[in-house]
Amino acid sequence: MTTPTLTRPEQRVEELERVTIRFCGDSGDGMQLTGTQFTRTAAVYGNDLATYPDFPAEIRAPTGSLPGVSGFQLSFASTEIYTPGDAPDVLVAMNPAALKTNVGDLVETGLLIVDEAEFNAVNLKKAAYSSNPLDDGSLAKYQLIRIDITHNTEKALAETGLSVKDKFRSRNFYALGVILWLYGRSLETTTRWAEQQFKRRPDVLDANLKALSAGYNFGETAELFHARYEVKPAPVKPGVYRHISGNEATALGFVAASVKAGLPLFYGSYPITPASDILHELSKLKSFGVKTFQAEDEIAAVGAAIGAAYGGAMGLTGTSGPGLALKSEAINLAVMTELPLVIVDVQRAGPSTGMPTKVEQSDLLQAMYGRNGDSHVVILAPQTPSDCYFMAIEAWRIALKYMVPVIFLSDGYVANGSEPWRIPDFDSIPKLEWKYATNKGGFFNPYERDPETLARPWAVPGQAGLEHRVGGIEKSSETGDISYDPGNHHRMTMARKERVERVAREIPPTEINGPDSGDLLVVGWGGTYGAITSAVNRARGRGKKVSSLHLRYINPFPPDLGEILSRFDKVLVPELNTGNLVWMLRAKYLVDAVPFNKIAGQPFKIREITGKIQELLGESGPYELGFAPASGLSGG
Amino acid sequence: MTTAYSVPIDNGSLIGDDLPVYTRKDFVSNQEVRWCPGCGDYGILAQMQKMLPNLGVRREDLVFISGIGCSSRFPYYVETYGFHSIHGRALTLASGLKVTRPELKVFVITGDGDGLSIGGNHLLHAMRRNLDLTVVLFNNRIYGLTKGQYSPTSEIGKITKSSPVGTTESPLSPIKIALAAGATFVARTIDRDIKHLEQTLDAAARHKGISFVEVYQNCNVFNDNAFAAFTDKEVRQDKMLYLENGKPMRFGSNNEHGIRLNGFMPEVVHDVADDSSLIHHDTTANPVLASILAGMDYPEYPVPVGIFRAVDAPTYEDLVSEQVAHAQAGGTPDFNSLLRGGETWVVD
Repeated sequence: MTTPTLTRPEQRVEELERVTIRFCGDSGDGMQLTGTQFTRTAAVYGNDLATYPDFPAEIRAPTGSLPGVSGFQLSFASTEIYTPGDAPDVLVAMNPAALKTNVGDLVETGLLIVDEAEFNAVNLKKAAYSSNPLDDGSLAKYQLIRIDITHNTEKALAETGLSVKDKFRSRNFYALGVILWLYGRSLETTTRWAEQQFKRRPDVLDANLKALSAGYNFGETAELFHARYEVKPAPVKPGVYRHISGNEATALGFVAASVKAGLPLFYGSYPITPASDILHELSKLKSFGVKTFQAEDEIAAVGAAIGAAYGGAMGLTGTSGPGLALKSEAINLAVMTELPLVIVDVQRAGPSTGMPTKVEQSDLLQAMYGRNGDSHVVILAPQTPSDCYFMAIEAWRIALKYMVPVIFLSDGYVANGSEPWRIPDFDSIPKLEWKYATNKGGFFNPYERDPETLARPWAVPGQAGLEHRVGGIEKSSETGDISYDPGNHHRMTMARKERVERVAREIPPTEINGPDSGDLLVVGWGGTYGAITSAVNRARGRGKKVSSLHLRYINPFPPDLGEILSRFDKVLVPELNTGNLVWMLRAKYLVDAVPFNKIAGQPFKIREITGKIQELLGESGPYELGFAPASGLSGG
Repeated sequence: MTTAYSVPIDNGSLIGDDLPVYTRKDFVSNQEVRWCPGCGDYGILAQMQKMLPNLGVRREDLVFISGIGCSSRFPYYVETYGFHSIHGRALTLASGLKVTRPELKVFVITGDGDGLSIGGNHLLHAMRRNLDLTVVLFNNRIYGLTKGQYSPTSEIGKITKSSPVGTTESPLSPIKIALAAGATFVARTIDRDIKHLEQTLDAAARHKGISFVEVYQNCNVFNDNAFAAFTDKEVRQDKMLYLENGKPMRFGSNNEHGIRLNGFMPEVVHDVADDSSLIHHDTTANPVLASILAGMDYPEYPVPVGIFRAVDAPTYEDLVSEQVAHAQAGGTPDFNSLLRGGETWVVD
């Protein structure tokens, strides 16, 4: 294959700081692959970037239909960025349905690239267009670039002997080639990847590389574009980088914890969107002694993890919101038997089945309070894809040291999003502390607590002299026997609670983005980190006294949190729920924190948080999200 | 760097080596047994405690896991490791424990409500996986701990506190379920025949793979004499069929009755000289004949007890361990190279 190197002399090259591109098409069109490949190329080039895939729950909705549209948005920049962008500057739409569901997000005068061959009568009808939008003037406010991607790809693959259907499958490589040309990127990263990926299918490899090259050459020769664009590398820290998604980082963090603890990892899980990738990743890591157990249901998954923990292994389970609900009784068994257990909840839009592939942060109160009795667990929340790695290790550090269940609250945005990651030094991570009880002779009390951590001894089967019985029934703090003694139950409940609270002693000082006092503090948790940080930085750019902090420790809260909140006149809590964290903050600190809630299955846009900040600072009137209230309901 | 593939417990070689000589008393805990006086559970506990000393397993390598119900109090009374879990879920804990600690001998104690109603799903899957667990299901055909509601094994029409004019649902057969789910060891015994009970528990405990034992257990408070019509000493010989491997299926105080097949149907032959009785082979891989035996319901047929099936198959935990060992055949992996695996780039 040839990579063209010549640029026509009249071709203008514009330098941009940041570009946001969204690839969208039918879920069978390979848009996730196209987006991922462009991302890799930009990363290797040295741009900072963030991605957000948005795909339907249906594996293959009817071809060309509106529910079948799959999209992948990425933002790449020559400066540090925190989000995949509010609105795309460039939209690549492979069919009418993709255009219809996405064009509303494109910035005015944005670049709109379509496969015009797909705008035929059948597809227009499937997308409920009464006239062809390419011809009826409705797209006038965008820079419309019509390319016959389908037929151009077919022509490029004329010699391959592939069927028309197979040729059609290489369209996404053609589109990728066009975009790589537009941003002056080489085909090398994608070519290398394809050579690996299609090693066993030389015909497919050949077709895809031919399509990629044809797309690139088309950009070069077609004179459709006014300019090419350049986004220079971002000034990032030197080091070895890789790509990481949140779920990958989560799995790697758990294995890292296993290595650092010197204990085997057991993962019990039942497939559920968007947590299944953790099961896929861990099942590949058997060489690190990881045993994965695809259980018959959510309850069996957590039960097996508890059994593994009882036996002295690192028992881990993972799920999404509906699964957390099913696991709650068993999590309480781990609360009562005081075993180390980590439970991952990759949150998704609920309630019930909700919108499985869409993002939401509405399980915090379930994690906190969704069990019978006075049941206290530790709750951590990673804030970016790569942060999942560190918080996964932290979850195990706490679980093993305090003999306590830890809920790791990820979300679909963090889990499926990806970012370049400067590979951290593994050797500098300290070993994780744990100890099994040993036979010191005489009577063994399974509830004799460590005075510092209040952890009970981990007495695993196989050791003579430590034979004992545990279970869900309340036990005597003195003997470990069943006890209905009133004072004992009070003491044991308080000990289980205080053990969780003592974790706060080791929480590092809370990082504040901006000055440590001012007019407004924006408090967030989880995947809203990028949007909040960007909006707050912009507000400070306007000279406002606004700071933000992002909570990675939610139960217990960091010990310095109350004091920090008190140093700001106003506190704003944006969340993708009807108000979970804000409720906890108000209850604990008696602070008049203002909620800002979006429950749309989509992440916050920076401008939405900016709008709310402006409202609270009196820069503008009341800010409303653009969702019309249902009739009869207040807009809230 | 430390990498661990198994739980770092140092307790010497695990089974058989320098095994202490145990007696029944070594397996009696200091807990006061709180079942109702006269409960069939006492007999099962006693035979278990009698069997354990001779099993060839160290006491500290034994674990009893239970769910919720009268039977599930069992672990408190056995002096070894015990876990009284939540309703229906004992098998899930046992599965996770056994996969990570294959060297332990794990018993699961359950009942007809715990094992077949709330925990029914787990029973099916533990059986098809063939984990090396011994499952003892106390079937008293009633909910005892909640004071007398019908259970999934209660006969249709049964009058209980929650069915004052009789139930309207058919009972499950635990043996049929075990066979259908592919359990490699399936047996039935009764609380009132202590010798048979001990032998059955012993055979089950020695089986490698999942062993399932249904024990007909009398609840003398809420469902007294549920099985008396065939388990009473006076009638047992005539009303029960003791299955013995390699022996003809004959019963009666003088072995005067036999079971033979008529097409696909079993039939009772009353002839001391008849030699057409089936010969019992519990090691037959095909479970069809065992299923036919499982379908022999009283009073039309004598109640079969003994081992219906005992076949060899690889265990789940061994297959999992083999996969891990295979993945590790290349030597100790380095976590740093895992982090750097795949595509990387350098920023200077």
